[in-house]
Amino acid sequence: MIINHPLLGPRDAQEFVYLGDARLIHRPDGLAEGAAHAFHDYLYLRDNPAGEHRELWYHEQGDRSWLVVTRNTVTHEISRVELARDVARAEGRSK
Amino acid sequence: MRYSGLRVIAEALTGHKGWKPVWRDPAPQPSYDHVIVGGGGHGLATAYYLAKEFRQARIAVLEKGYLGGGNVGRNTTIIRSNYLLDGNQPFYEFSLKLWEGLEQDFNYNAMVSQRGIMNLIHTDAQRDAFTRRGNAMILNGADAQMLTRDQVRAIYPFLNFDDARFPIKGALAQRRGGTVRHDAVAWGYARGADQRGVDLIQNCEVTGFRIEGGRIKGVETTRGYIGAGKVGVAVAGSSSRVMAHAGMRLPIESHVLQAFVSEGLKPLIDGVMTFGAGHFYVSQSDKGGLVFGGDIDGYNSYAQRGNLPVIEDVAEGGMALMPMLGRARLLRAWGGIMDMSMDGSPIIDRTHIDGLYFNGGWCYGGFKATPASGWCFAHLLATDQPHKTATAYRFDRFLKGRMIDEKGQGATPNLH
Repeated sequence: MIINHPLLGPRDAQEFVYLGDARLIHRPDGLAEGAAHAFHDYLYLRDNPAGEHRELWYHEQGDRSWLVVTRNTVTHEISRVELARDVARAEGRSK
Repeated sequence: MRYSGLRVIAEALTGHKGWKPVWRDPAPQPSYDHVIVGGGGHGLATAYYLAKEFRQARIAVLEKGYLGGGNVGRNTTIIRSNYLLDGNQPFYEFSLKLWEGLEQDFNYNAMVSQRGIMNLIHTDAQRDAFTRRGNAMILNGADAQMLTRDQVRAIYPFLNFDDARFPIKGALAQRRGGTVRHDAVAWGYARGADQRGVDLIQNCEVTGFRIEGGRIKGVETTRGYIGAGKVGVAVAGSSSRVMAHAGMRLPIESHVLQAFVSEGLKPLIDGVMTFGAGHFYVSQSDKGGLVFGGDIDGYNSYAQRGNLPVIEDVAEGGMALMPMLGRARLLRAWGGIMDMSMDGSPIIDRTHIDGLYFNGGWCYGGFKATPASGWCFAHLLATDQPHKTATAYRFDRFLKGRMIDEKGQGATPNLH
């Protein structure tokens, strides 16, 4: 698989480390009511879809950026690559 | 029809005209007491033991494709019970004991071959860890044996014993481990279940569950609605897709694992060998092909095929262990979809919906578990109580901090 890095252009997926579902960006509030259950769901439960999947890849052997890659789990086709930083900000996670 | 040597001779003398299809192709009934979703090894074993050991009737197995067409037909056929943790080892030892009596039990030649398995040791730390594992195995009633470097060399003189990075210093061996003809396992269970009145319904995909008042009523399928008293789902690889119909999210990711077979060679490796440090394992089939594999690809996939980097990695592992492997040609490579769970261990449990039961999360170790998985799932379906060797395989172990994490990797499915 080739991941088209937004800053570096097309890079071999071997340069990256895979983390998983991009929903992991949304870490629950540890002080909120029901945090134990929220963290259980966050840490252990997955949608695991067959089809389009947004997922986190880390460019360990490159610029060490985190990316959100939209990839089809049935065909392995990659349709979109974004910097995780931009995605997190757009989704209200960071300042 | 019972199989026997006499029967084979009689058929040989009469032109093999007496063999009949070994299971029926029934149309689905309006309802069953037990509906098993998934006609793979685990689903068929569940139906077989439900009928035979737990005396249940009105059982159906619903299979989306054809019987045994999934992971039971795509694995590398190894059986063993060399686990460390209390939640796992008694279960896998139960499974190995069932393997030992399986062919007589279901009167089918599954070619169970206890040719032995050895896990190679390369460092003192690894020897300590494997000694501990071997002791845990023995404590749970399994067999285990530490082999010295010379003992390994006597069995496999061609290995690369003096590799600079991973010199071979010994092995943990389990003589009772081995290989089984994987397809025959599915066929044997299917035949045994059919003989006991189980309806094996193929080309029948479950498209939804009918749930009323928190209780399962039946399943919607591509061949119409089928009522059910209890529904057991055993569809590892597609667990998340099927259980999503019941509104459940699982502690599972689907990943692709590749396997390989070389051209046929003369007898070379009489057992199973694992080279954990190099992410490579190998055995030799009765046809002579070297059957080998390594790690999962490491990203979510339902594609049943992997990518080249892992093929390269596996080939490198093989070359590091037995350099002569480079002379053999690769005949086939294929992939299967694994239910990678969050702690690397399976789930056999009730769900929050009355009458809906789940069996999955087998990671890449489901084949060896087939008999015990079927037995324990049948036990759960028939009695509503977990079998004593499967009490730890619960959904809520993640919430309660009772993970069964053999590798100690935490909630990282692609590293188990």
